[in-house]
Amino acid sequence: MSGIDIRTQTAADIGSDASVVATVRRVGRRRRTSVCLSLVGVLVVVSVLALMLGDRVIAPGDVLATLVGQGTGGDSFVVLGLRMPRLLLGLMVGTMFGLAGAVFQSLFANPLASPDLIGISQGASAAAVAAILLAGWSGLAVSLSAFAGAVVVATLILLVAGRADAAGDRFVINGIALAFLAQALIGYLLTRSDVRDAQSALVWLVGSIGTVQPADLLVAVVGGGVLVLALVSLSTRLGMLQLGDEAATGLGVRTRSTRLMLLLVAVGLAALATAAAGPVAFVAFVAAPIARRLLGGRGPALVASALVGAVVVSGADLLAQHAITGLQVPVGIVTGIVGAPVLLLLVARSNRSRGTL
Amino acid sequence: MLTYVPESTPAAGMRRTARRPLGLVALIGGVVVAVGVSLLVGSRSIDVSTVLAALTGQPTDATEQMVVLSLRIPRTMIGLVAGAALGLAGALMQGLTRNPLADPGLLGVNAGASLAVVIAISMFGVTAPSGFVWFAFLGATVAAVTVYAVASGRTGPTPLGLTLSGAAVAAALTSVTTLVLLRDLDTLGQYRFWSVGSLVARDIGTIGTLAPFLLAGTVIALLLGRSLNGLALGDDLARGLGQRVGLSRLAAGLAIIVLCGSATSLAGPLVFVGLVAAHTARRLVGSDYRWILAYSIPIGAMLVVLADTLGRLIVQPAELEAGIVVAVIGAPVLMAMVRRGQVMIR
Repeated sequence: MSGIDIRTQTAADIGSDASVVATVRRVGRRRRTSVCLSLVGVLVVVSVLALMLGDRVIAPGDVLATLVGQGTGGDSFVVLGLRMPRLLLGLMVGTMFGLAGAVFQSLFANPLASPDLIGISQGASAAAVAAILLAGWSGLAVSLSAFAGAVVVATLILLVAGRADAAGDRFVINGIALAFLAQALIGYLLTRSDVRDAQSALVWLVGSIGTVQPADLLVAVVGGGVLVLALVSLSTRLGMLQLGDEAATGLGVRTRSTRLMLLLVAVGLAALATAAAGPVAFVAFVAAPIARRLLGGRGPALVASALVGAVVVSGADLLAQHAITGLQVPVGIVTGIVGAPVLLLLVARSNRSRGTL
Repeated sequence: MLTYVPESTPAAGMRRTARRPLGLVALIGGVVVAVGVSLLVGSRSIDVSTVLAALTGQPTDATEQMVVLSLRIPRTMIGLVAGAALGLAGALMQGLTRNPLADPGLLGVNAGASLAVVIAISMFGVTAPSGFVWFAFLGATVAAVTVYAVASGRTGPTPLGLTLSGAAVAAALTSVTTLVLLRDLDTLGQYRFWSVGSLVARDIGTIGTLAPFLLAGTVIALLLGRSLNGLALGDDLARGLGQRVGLSRLAAGLAIIVLCGSATSLAGPLVFVGLVAAHTARRLVGSDYRWILAYSIPIGAMLVVLADTLGRLIVQPAELEAGIVVAVIGAPVLMAMVRRGQVMIR
């Protein structure tokens, strides 16, 4: 990789450890900035496309005019009333999943410790499927039960893990055990219900942002905003935890309470996102590994993960709506089909270049 | 990054070592008991003498003989074989990925088999579970080979590469499966029953057909214990000890593919068995993979056979599928083991 070449060259030329560190840092910072700016660029393109395309195609100029309040009545209704809420929800959900995955994977130093594998998503799904199939609920009621399901599972994991191990190994294994239990419950409910109801439950289980209610959007944006702010205030300490508990303690971090707070924020993000859109497959899992490979580093990469998550969900939703004319599929199907090859490509590439990840 | 806490003291370790063969015998005894119970109980309870008579071909009540021979024996045998294969594959998978969270399904096996079964139902009109076998086997193999190939660079796959590409392939295949299911109500109607992992209405002849695969996988797996012990120390150290790391990985990958593929073809996607069996085995014998592999076979078999038996008893006269009961039994067991503190993930 280019970063390594530069480091060896500089070391040979100057021979000073301090300047090597400074150079590596500068290169890393430059790379981080350029990666994040590129991701923002992709996001802007995707957003403009999402506002332009549809049954009624609106030119980019007209979209801009509408956004600043100069559009025609028809354009305003389509852009601001129909497409904007869906776009915003997609961006918000992607950001939340991306951040939740990045925090979980960093805290536990394990790529398998993402909320869609350690029970948070499954808990939300089981509760939502029960609400759909047993109670016949729909809309906001299903979202609320999904949120409740996620919170219940997270609480159970913590209770069983015991207070001493708030963010340790037990948390993850308990989570996986509960994930399988919730999965079994979902399987039970799906096989005991009418096949048509099962299919509508399946739509929720895939993850979809097709029907946006104003209430959903408001909850996602406000709740997500609060949680993101909380995470920002914790992010420096997350970086220190990466150095190991002893080093972090030495730097003045109270490791146990910091882990617990990070965990609560991450659970909140995952629960909120799942409640709003369903357990959109793979986003939480994939965002941080992709971000980390783009950056070429090992840290939590929170900003890049959030951006990758937002790109994946909004880009996948764009494809879900327009890739095949006349066929609209739930966004969760596209995230798996689109996100997977990207990750595979990155895995294969880093194999070729270094042999290790 | 991923280690297990070493044994507490040398003395305790030695005591444990001496008990290992005994433990294995006890586990095999447990499997025999589980099989016996599975033959005896159900919505119709059959006494021991009748079961023995049915097994040895002596004349007995025709209905009960039919129940034993054509219902209980097939499902018990299939549970036994599938559970054993999944348990062994689970232990292999954790050694291969050095990740105690890895389930054999992580190699994309279940997702591949599921997609193949969905295609079998929706495009080829297959309806009998016994007709799914080769589809499932093929799907599982193709998926797992893809995962392995993507994760392999020049030097063979890394644990992290396997983990990531396995999850990626599984996600992509599951998405396609769901897409088909959302558009095809009839297929969903049939697939959902296969997908919960039931042992009912499976064809016992399938075991014979898949026997070469199962045997080969088991033999390869059991020969790999020493290599996995080396791999657990890290690739460099394993190489330093004179091991051929790439070859061991390839052999482990092959064994997982045939074991998991066969088990999933037999019984549907019984997730979780491998994970629970491997952790239980580790809890009992410590960190020596030669024993973990041996222990995980009877543990997996016992788990599935017991789950199937319990599933017949809990909600009489209806039944709960084995795959569902496995999670109901396995989850608390796993959590209890972790609570007593053996596993470390950092």
